[in-house]
Amino acid sequence: MLPEAAHHAHHPALAHQFDSLGQQKEAATLGMWVFLLTEVLFFGGMFLTYAIYRAWYPEAFAAASHELDVTLGTINTVVLITSSLTMALAVHAAQLGQRKLVLWFLVATMVLGAAFLGIKSVEYYHKFEEHHVPGPGFQFEREYFRHAQLFFSLYFIMTGLHALHMVIGIGIMLVMFWWTWRGTITRDYYSPIEISGLYWHFVDIVWIFLFPLLYLIGRHGS
Amino acid sequence: MWSGTPLFPESASTMASRVDALYFFLLAISVFFSLLIAGLIVFYAVKYRRRAADSVGSEIKGGLVLELTWTIVPLLITMVIFVWGASVFFAMARPPDETINIYVVGKQWMWKFQHLDGQREINELHVPVGRPVKLIMTSEDVIHDVFVPAFRIKADVVPGRYTHLWFQSTKPGRYRLFCAEYCGTKHSGMIGQVVVMDPSEYQTWLSGGAAEGSLASAGAKLFQDLACNTCHRPDAQGRGPVLEGLFGKTVTLQNGETLSVDEAYVRESILQPAAKIASGFQPIMPTFQGLVTEEQLLELIEYVKSLHELPQVQPR
Amino acid sequence: MATVILPPRHYLNDGYGITSWLLTRDHKRIALLYLAAVTFFFFVGGAFAVLIRVELATPAGDLVSDETYNKLFTMHGVMMVFFFLVPVIPAVLGNFLVPIMIGAKDLAFPKLNLASWYIYIIGGLFTLYALVTGGVDTGWTFYAPFSTVASTTKVIPTALGIFITGFSSILTGLNFIVTIHRMRAPGMTWFRMPLFLWSTYATSLIMVLGTPVLAITILLVAVERIFRFGFFDPTLGGDPVLFQHLFWFYSHPAVYIMVLPAMGVVSELVAAFCRKPVFGYSFVAFASVGIAVLGFLVWGHHMFVAGESVYAALVFSILSFLVAIPSAVKVFNWTATMYKGAISWDTPMLYAIGFIGLFTIGGLTGLFLAAVGLDVHVTDTYFIIAHFHYIMVGGTIMGYLGGLHYWWPKISGRLYNEMLARISAGIIFIGFNLTFFPQFILGYLGMPRRYHAYPPDFQVLNVLSSAGASILGVGYLIPMIYLMWSLRYGRLAGANPWGAVGLEWTTTSPPPTENFTETPVVTWEAYDYGAPVEGHVA
Repeated sequence: MLPEAAHHAHHPALAHQFDSLGQQKEAATLGMWVFLLTEVLFFGGMFLTYAIYRAWYPEAFAAASHELDVTLGTINTVVLITSSLTMALAVHAAQLGQRKLVLWFLVATMVLGAAFLGIKSVEYYHKFEEHHVPGPGFQFEREYFRHAQLFFSLYFIMTGLHALHMVIGIGIMLVMFWWTWRGTITRDYYSPIEISGLYWHFVDIVWIFLFPLLYLIGRHGS
Repeated sequence: MWSGTPLFPESASTMASRVDALYFFLLAISVFFSLLIAGLIVFYAVKYRRRAADSVGSEIKGGLVLELTWTIVPLLITMVIFVWGASVFFAMARPPDETINIYVVGKQWMWKFQHLDGQREINELHVPVGRPVKLIMTSEDVIHDVFVPAFRIKADVVPGRYTHLWFQSTKPGRYRLFCAEYCGTKHSGMIGQVVVMDPSEYQTWLSGGAAEGSLASAGAKLFQDLACNTCHRPDAQGRGPVLEGLFGKTVTLQNGETLSVDEAYVRESILQPAAKIASGFQPIMPTFQGLVTEEQLLELIEYVKSLHELPQVQPR
Repeated sequence: MATVILPPRHYLNDGYGITSWLLTRDHKRIALLYLAAVTFFFFVGGAFAVLIRVELATPAGDLVSDETYNKLFTMHGVMMVFFFLVPVIPAVLGNFLVPIMIGAKDLAFPKLNLASWYIYIIGGLFTLYALVTGGVDTGWTFYAPFSTVASTTKVIPTALGIFITGFSSILTGLNFIVTIHRMRAPGMTWFRMPLFLWSTYATSLIMVLGTPVLAITILLVAVERIFRFGFFDPTLGGDPVLFQHLFWFYSHPAVYIMVLPAMGVVSELVAAFCRKPVFGYSFVAFASVGIAVLGFLVWGHHMFVAGESVYAALVFSILSFLVAIPSAVKVFNWTATMYKGAISWDTPMLYAIGFIGLFTIGGLTGLFLAAVGLDVHVTDTYFIIAHFHYIMVGGTIMGYLGGLHYWWPKISGRLYNEMLARISAGIIFIGFNLTFFPQFILGYLGMPRRYHAYPPDFQVLNVLSSAGASILGVGYLIPMIYLMWSLRYGRLAGANPWGAVGLEWTTTSPPPTENFTETPVVTWEAYDYGAPVEGHVA
């Protein structure tokens, strides 16, 4: 048996298929990066579709984009970036074994995530009221009607899938909170927090791309 | 039983022999390499059959020369095939300048062919032998495909846009036309015939037909009925661009881009007028989406094509 | 020779009862769970194939209605592609062998592995639900706007089923990538790995990068149907050809997901049954990765007549020729491996030889299709159907059966009846060629695909094809019988019945749950048949 394995052989968090905690951490981290790569491809297909239609129907898309609430969108962007900060601080605290701090930062991240979702719901509700939800009730100026509807279809799908990922992210944070609470996460074993952080940052980055693409078309002056 | 079972399709177009030549070349290569590999593996399997239960094979790890050879030689062969295939494809993709244009509208589950002078056919297409014919095609519903095996040509027929193919038939006869893109329940029933006729017979057929007038004349009537002439006036006093002599020219759009006025642009201008506004004009043209059928669009396109540039009136 | 006995404790008797199977974390048990599931879907898809061929024995559409026929070929394609060919070798043989071949106790993420199986089952249930409540008639390719607007069948549950099952593929690929990167035994460098692992790794790259694009595409189809959005509907401003680009961006690499693992199996079989290293190991290894990379660049060759530009067509054409080269290199290397081998004609080797021959033919017909001017004539005809069945059935399925027979003694601890197995291999070979060779001729003649009824002069070739299909069907049923029989009554196999080299042959048959009693330390090259090394039987 290898010496490293002997040292960690009885660590409660070591899964049986791994020889050492170090190997387990590397595997988990690589796994999360590969998963995030698949997510890039997943969102990428939608971004490509959006880019193509945006290139074909620029005026209609600009007109439709103008109807989105830039203020709420900007607030949401700030909220999400802050949540990535709290997440990074949670990881840092975990590295140092500061259990209470980890718990607080995880709570802050979840609260900010929930705030994001709350603001998003308000935006969706506004869209519903303004008859900008695609389908039989959709209303828009006649000239851009069809392509504005396409814009809003893409808007709802892209932000909807993003929101779904946020919900899942909050769920993951709840699990991380629970594990930290009961002492599973220690200075020696904090990689679950780290890789959850990777996921959270990724979801944040998707929004960083979504926001300008959807909200900021044609707002550069004119 | 075997008579009447063809093993090779008829050749009835100028492209057919070119496609067949490439096919036979590929067939020869395939037969050669298949026999080579199959022969070698069977030969080795027999010659090197294991004699004793514990014998092992020779420890040969590899050979760079061999690897390079059987990488580079196939690469060269495939590049030859590529160039040959590409040249055949170029010929298919570039119709000659003078073609007989026929419009095709595919819909579940039938073909509508419209000759320019008004002849309409369903599922049967009459063409003269020895003249290049271009089919300009669109679909009313889902994607279809025009496939004439005897001509070795095929192209998808897509809703919302025009696609085209061209052929020049080499002998009179009746040739099957299949729909080759799955389109629903009666996809396999969407079969037609191309009837290739001697030129004199074709003339007879043409004049015996449509009483409705040419596509362009139908388009002229529609142009009036839909009041297009209110804004599109030949004296440039209207609020829309002059259409006389416009087809085939290059125009500049509001955003500075230029494009050529083709069937697709005319169609788009009728259905989505705001999409590409000509420079110097306002985006005030209403859309006719839902007010014209695909066939009416073709009539309007043919009408616009028929509007020749008016001679300039010199001011005195 | 010592009497062979079963090891007292192994993964099959390590816990009894349904929960020990349904909640297992053991990659070997999960492999068997997959084996049962993919076999089920294979026979469902196969039943549809039988009905199709019976219908096509006569020119008129007289066995089933045209609506039913359209559902038959759709469901045949969906079942076979998504629920059989894509998962079969990775999830059955890969799951079983990857940890053992690299000297690990399990995959990196055993619970994720079990979750992958459940995801696969749930996706399968959605699709079966669609099947029993009326079926779907869009073709496995779901082209818009027919699938999004015109079809009146169960598109949504089928699309959702495929969407869900895609995640099974993604997670399996993820698991393999991490395992191969991080869990190789000491001394097992990349270039000492068996070539099956290189193929599995290349396949996993495609699974991980390509499947998400299918996921979003099929999700957009479902969303478009449910909410009447217009992504692919020209009347709402969308573009149906965009669907084709998105769809084929996954579905072309998918065919390499289907064939690369079989190539990996063939490398193992050829080495084992010639008792020598695979000729040009590193060339074969790099060819696998090369196929995976180039495979992502050729999707437009499915769209030469769909309205893409001439220049795009030429780019896709030249790339399609390039992707053929690494496959050719592999075929030459396998052939060269047989030179001066010590070749046994056991069933796995028969399947390997069958694979090499039939994949060569299938691959060469791919050259016909890469030549754009020729593809225009043969695309959307039976030529295409013949081409891909030569690769999928003549290739992948033969590779799978070869692997299944080779590793059956390791998986079950038992030997199967060799004579029946060889006869089945022969029946399959003959039946296969009789089914699909006439289809090349039919395709060039101009018989389009997905046709329920056809002109009478095509009948003779169709009858030959249908006759072949019946033989092929029988050929597939026989192994079911003797393999199942061997589980109870087969002779015990022992650790290394074939006298092969590889870590899997150094452990017992069946292996213990943790695969090895001690983590192996690897000091030998792959396929080291020359030197006697402690721990493996020459």
